[in-house]
Amino acid sequence: MVRILPQSKAAAVNPLKSSQPLGAAFAFLGVDGAMPLFHGSQGCTSFALVLFVRHFKEAIPLQTTAMDEVATILGGADHLEEAILNLKARTKPTLIGVCTTALVETRGEDCAGDISNIRLKRTEELAGTDVVLANTPDFDGAIEEGWAKAVTAMIERITRRGEQARQSKKIVILPGWNLTVADLEHLREMVESFGLKPVILPDVSGSLDGTVPDRWVTTTYGGTSVEDIRELGTAEQCIVIGEHMRRPADLLQRLTGVPYVLFRSLTGLKDADRFVSLLSAVSGAAAPAEVRRRRAQLQDALLDGHFHFGGKKIAIAAEPDQLYQLASFFIGMGSEIAAAVTTTDMSKILEEVPAQSVQIGDLGDLEALGAGADLLVTHSHGRQAAQRLGIPLMRVGFPIFDRLGSQHKLTILYQGTRDMIFEVANIFEANRHAPTPEALDPLRKREIPDELRSSPLARH
Amino acid sequence: MSSLRAKIQDVFNEPACEKNRGKDAKARKKGCSKPPTPGAAAGGCAFDGAKIVLQPITDVAHLIHAPLACEGNSWDNRGAASSGPTLWRTSFTTDLTELDVVMGQGERKLFKAIREIKEAYGPPAIFVYPTCVTALIGDDIEAVCKRAAEKFGLPVVPVNAPGFVGSKNLGNKLAGEALLKHVIGTVEPDDAGPYDINILGEFNLSGEFWLVKPLLDRLGIRVRACIPGDARYFDIACAHRARAAMMVCSTALINLARKMEQRWDIPFFEGSFYGITDTSEALRQISQLLVKKGADPEILDRTEALIAEEEAIAWKKLAAYRPRLEGKRVLLNTGGVKSWSVVHALMEIGIEIVGTSVKKSTVEDKERVKQMLKDDNHMFEQMAPRELYAMLSEHKADIMLSGGRTQFIALKAKTPWLDINQERQHPYAGYDGMVELVRQIDLAIHNPIWCQVREPAPWDCQPAMKDEVPSTKSETPTVQAFKKFAGTMTDDFSEC
Repeated sequence: MVRILPQSKAAAVNPLKSSQPLGAAFAFLGVDGAMPLFHGSQGCTSFALVLFVRHFKEAIPLQTTAMDEVATILGGADHLEEAILNLKARTKPTLIGVCTTALVETRGEDCAGDISNIRLKRTEELAGTDVVLANTPDFDGAIEEGWAKAVTAMIERITRRGEQARQSKKIVILPGWNLTVADLEHLREMVESFGLKPVILPDVSGSLDGTVPDRWVTTTYGGTSVEDIRELGTAEQCIVIGEHMRRPADLLQRLTGVPYVLFRSLTGLKDADRFVSLLSAVSGAAAPAEVRRRRAQLQDALLDGHFHFGGKKIAIAAEPDQLYQLASFFIGMGSEIAAAVTTTDMSKILEEVPAQSVQIGDLGDLEALGAGADLLVTHSHGRQAAQRLGIPLMRVGFPIFDRLGSQHKLTILYQGTRDMIFEVANIFEANRHAPTPEALDPLRKREIPDELRSSPLARH
Repeated sequence: MSSLRAKIQDVFNEPACEKNRGKDAKARKKGCSKPPTPGAAAGGCAFDGAKIVLQPITDVAHLIHAPLACEGNSWDNRGAASSGPTLWRTSFTTDLTELDVVMGQGERKLFKAIREIKEAYGPPAIFVYPTCVTALIGDDIEAVCKRAAEKFGLPVVPVNAPGFVGSKNLGNKLAGEALLKHVIGTVEPDDAGPYDINILGEFNLSGEFWLVKPLLDRLGIRVRACIPGDARYFDIACAHRARAAMMVCSTALINLARKMEQRWDIPFFEGSFYGITDTSEALRQISQLLVKKGADPEILDRTEALIAEEEAIAWKKLAAYRPRLEGKRVLLNTGGVKSWSVVHALMEIGIEIVGTSVKKSTVEDKERVKQMLKDDNHMFEQMAPRELYAMLSEHKADIMLSGGRTQFIALKAKTPWLDINQERQHPYAGYDGMVELVRQIDLAIHNPIWCQVREPAPWDCQPAMKDEVPSTKSETPTVQAFKKFAGTMTDDFSEC
């Protein structure tokens, strides 16, 4: 049984978390024609925006209600209204995703009430634009919670309610935030190869995949369409990836009766097998030859790769679901988890993480617990710790700002697992230490049992 | 809060600022930047500005008293360089939780956090930054800092600039006020000399101040404190014993420069290390101020000799680029490297300036640019992203120089782009920096990818390969695309 160790420090050192509203904005960015809007002071938006840009190397639509001192004291409803109307007029989005910040939540603003009023008062001006609210104070949660809250809010607000005629080939997929653009593209192809029609929400593979449009667009271009969100209830089956997506899946089931199957992770042979079996069962089709081929490739990668993993000590810092995904992957390859650090103790998945203990904390904790590990696994901010400890760093999650193409890295199903095995093995290869007589000297650093300590042999 | 209010009013009433002198009392009270429009705002908050100014002080622990976002989303994101300590790159935040906010545990947590940092890292000082939420719930930061300083025996400096009080620029100035109130003048140096200067508002991005410092060293001029680039706490605490100061970034720290002049009689001038003539002028003025304050006048001749030597080398290096860059059209869109002297140097080697933003330039700067460009139409206050995109996609410029904010406008318009703001990877200060800038422009414009990305896709330009659809609708775009393709070919052929 894994022990979950609560945060005990007053000063967080080198935060692991990105903020909850950033996670919500991230989810809204996976919707076509969307404009996320932070309800807070300018800096809240500016910091998140810069971080997104550093990660994706793309122009990111993200706006602010620009709360100033007066609004902070008297209330931000006017700012919210003005921002929504300005955005509507200037960028004509199909969706405005309002994410609250710590500032308005500390004030205790009734943002849901404010937005209802705005919708009522401005019906005409806002025609053709859905306004969705996610309550995401920074003092709570991290990306995972924000992402899930935004998806829940979109289903709550947009999806047509009630049991509807089901399309037998239509599958809804609710992916966790930790799936990359490449993961979503691959997922879609895989589902389609069984003759099924997937609707993915949110679908950042359509909007954050780095393309060059031939005009200047101020909202997102690509992603799940609002129309598709409205029609989620006509799907035959919902597939959920990551424990944090249970809430939106529950809600969808409650509202429309669409049942869901939850995968905690799609990395590793077993989970990929389960996923393929499910697709076969839903579609009634056998796995296509190409999928079988990928599985065989993964088998071979497991055989070739395991030499590099056995007995290696891995220190991971990531949000709960991603921590589970990665720890399970490494354990499945024969490594040990030397340190597991995560952002919050609220996720049920933590009890399943294959490690002795999980520390709620920051990269300072990772650095302390991970000394002596063979590999650090976390986002780019782990680079300082890796340098100080002299341990290689595998970059995962968000933000990755000092490597290109992180959104195009595949991490799921047969092919993604295969790629990850090679990536890790290559990191170990690149960091191999040549043997030296000193390191191998059997008399150096020998641990001597106590009863021998007094014998003359032990003395120099 | 009332003292913060007073401080903000004081900062807004900046007599050394030319722009401010031109305003009436009422306009002055409102501050420098227009209040941001909800839903149409860009840029950071006051906290952002304060942190930008102080964070490059390398041996100080910077502790952000706030819920996660303020620090968690923004740490380790600037390219200032340090020649020694790395503590400034370690991020400290109290990461307030809901429980902390509701139960009012903020002050206690802050005090404990200061203790933890002191014990684990032993920094010469700790800077504490409250932000919106901790200001809103009324945590008394000044009191906690004072108590912690007494208890732990090290300076604990409150930097009172919560995000909602205003813009990034206001935050810059409030940071300067914090240094004035709590740091500068708190230590008496035992080695003050007649050639000591301060450099204010130099951030040492990509280490670029190290392109300039050796020049000062050669003249025997000592940089007492460079604030904040590569600074140590002790240097800043002693900064009041400098004889003269150069203010590099006027919008950020003019209040600091003026008040140091008032309080400690340190005369200052505003200058720039960007561009050849500006660098020379800066060196000249530093020497002149030092002489005025009692240094041996022989330094003036040595300065002129150095300038002549360095300029000759730089111009010679630049001349090598003329054949490759003559007639190239540059669009300058920035508030950062904004000096007219960069424009001057670019024009000197035959580059044409097809537009320059003058949003953050002084009246004087604008006048110089106007004289040089001979065409007012090339000056603009600000251009909307859509217009900028249109201009670039119509190939009205060969390269845009700007900050990261407009990077993707250029790239998506398939136009070369060079970062000349804070995220840039290359040092551009001093004589060698100017040569580097021109080298980077050359590399960007002549990169072979431009012909490749502008090439239309094969299915857009070969009608034979297209599925035959016998409708007039589909034929028109095909023909147009073919024409476009043919046009691009001839254009690009001469380019590559």
